Amino acid sequence: MSASTTPSLHLRGSRRSILADRAATVVLWGTGAFVLLLLGSIIVHFGIAAWGVVSPSFVLSDPSDTALGGILPILWNSIYMLGLTMLIAVPVGILGGIYMSEYAGDNKLTEAIRFAEEAISSVPSIVVGLFGLILFVDNFHMGFTALGGALALTMFNLPLMTRLSEQALRAVPQDERSASLALGATKWQTIQHVVVPLAIPGLVTSIILTAGRVFGEAAVLLFTAGLATPAHYDFTNFNLGDPASPWSPLRPCTTMAVYIYKLQSEGLGIYVSKVVDGSAAILISMVLAFNLGARLVGRLLTRRLTAA
Amino acid sequence: MVQLTTANRLASLRTAPGLRERLDLPRRVVFLAAVSMIGIVTLLLGFIAWQGIQLFVKDGVPVGQVFSATWQPDATSGPTNYGLLPFILGTIAVTALALLISTPLSVGLALFLSEVAPRWARAIVQPALEIFVGIPSVVWGWLGLTILVPFLHDTFRHDFVISLPVLGDVFRVPGFLTGFSWLAGALVLSIMILPTITSVSFDAFRAIPQELRTGSLALGTTRWQTIRHILIPAALPGVLTAIVLGMTRAAGEALAVQMVIGSQPVLPRAVTQPIETLTAAITLDMGNTVFGEPWQDALWTMSLVLLIISVASVVLVRLINKRRMAL
Repeated sequence: MSASTTPSLHLRGSRRSILADRAATVVLWGTGAFVLLLLGSIIVHFGIAAWGVVSPSFVLSDPSDTALGGILPILWNSIYMLGLTMLIAVPVGILGGIYMSEYAGDNKLTEAIRFAEEAISSVPSIVVGLFGLILFVDNFHMGFTALGGALALTMFNLPLMTRLSEQALRAVPQDERSASLALGATKWQTIQHVVVPLAIPGLVTSIILTAGRVFGEAAVLLFTAGLATPAHYDFTNFNLGDPASPWSPLRPCTTMAVYIYKLQSEGLGIYVSKVVDGSAAILISMVLAFNLGARLVGRLLTRRLTAA
Repeated sequence: MVQLTTANRLASLRTAPGLRERLDLPRRVVFLAAVSMIGIVTLLLGFIAWQGIQLFVKDGVPVGQVFSATWQPDATSGPTNYGLLPFILGTIAVTALALLISTPLSVGLALFLSEVAPRWARAIVQPALEIFVGIPSVVWGWLGLTILVPFLHDTFRHDFVISLPVLGDVFRVPGFLTGFSWLAGALVLSIMILPTITSVSFDAFRAIPQELRTGSLALGTTRWQTIRHILIPAALPGVLTAIVLGMTRAAGEALAVQMVIGSQPVLPRAVTQPIETLTAAITLDMGNTVFGEPWQDALWTMSLVLLIISVASVVLVRLINKRRMAL
């Protein structure tokens, strides 16, 4: 709002209150500048730290104890874990969003679902990790596996995915539904052919935002997918039952974020801090890409789908 | 056949679902997807609660011992004592200090975005905040570990003392021993919860009807007077919700805190001192203990405490919002 010029000030306002107003304006602008400055310096810091570390060979080679080495297996694990998690979380989240937006009545059950949604969102990620530890590692005797990690991540991110899809679906105008129903379509046909297609830009944005969070998560995975550093992956080994195969969901799966935590806690070797700086720079750029991607893709899809 | 006008067909579809509608498969599938969250919460509460009480049930530790200040979990080095007070107070201390630093900054930023910033400034700051949300906690921890901790150590190594001629030392804060400290944890957390508090408060300020602003300004108040006497009171429930959400996030954050807090299970006395939180202790020790031994059971009890804190905060947020609805 444009409250910067208030003529009445000069008539009634005391000098002190005008000064206080000026001071407050400066302070509030200061908060905005502070955030930008902080973000800018973080990006510059990692830009400098990653200089000379991040290179094609860093991304494409195996970790090493005696040289800088690379992070290929860990980067692969992060992407694999993301894919596996989204494979489960996206359908369940969107279906749940459809229920909450299209079917849920104003009753106790809906209330309970919302409470559960908020409760899971507020449970510390480390506790969700511990839950995964009891359930998958101890009770199902799976050991530390990519699958256990992906399931724990799904549980943790399901509320976010559900709520974002619900919002995307709710944003579809009511008239579209009425028109479809008036043409004789059933409720599900309406959802399937009218509501969901119209909500696709919003749904895609919610998927990418959830993906960004999954990609950077570590605490959930610490006790479900494990901390072991893979030495080398043979990408031609497609035997899913073989724990050594990089394609198998039943193998320990250390991701980038977990790897950073592990390296800093061990703190050995002269290359460790370089590897962590490089990994952190890659992690941040990926998350940045997810965020910008969500905005761009959302805008593009909206334009294409609504203009057509 | 009953005559169906568009209107009553629509109405019947909306209000009174027929048998076919009630039984249809898609409805059941989407229902299951939504209800699965209730299942997850129930299982999670059940399992953590069950594991959390093992310390008392199986290991026979008296409940009162949990509230003592001595943490001596290792049976091989003397008699054990599972006092969780250092961790509980540590979590409270770090969270409180983080809120103290972050709240003025975040609410100020929310006010800046909603009341002061021109469109172009908002278009820069808001995406910046979204990037903040996206930065993984291990990266914050790593920044804390490599920049903040050495900085604190190098800059404030010496004791900070205020001496008066007659009274002697009236105020003394010991300098940083290593830089790993209560303050380091709180600073890292305050940046991590800044986007949470900002965005929820921002929504609260945006939700205030424009008439309140124009009415106040028409009476001749300055913008700051309007903010202080009209907008902040009007948005208070929303701002409180924001603070509670920030608190929940701060209390539950594990890795970033563990990396800078110093992990000393002592009662927090000075901000320059290394302390320990519930999350940090779990992160650090869970992997080093054996399933079923009392030491690990004590860690499960800690996670139960964390779970209780987070569920309590959800209830608190709901109470605050219910009051807002009533107003």
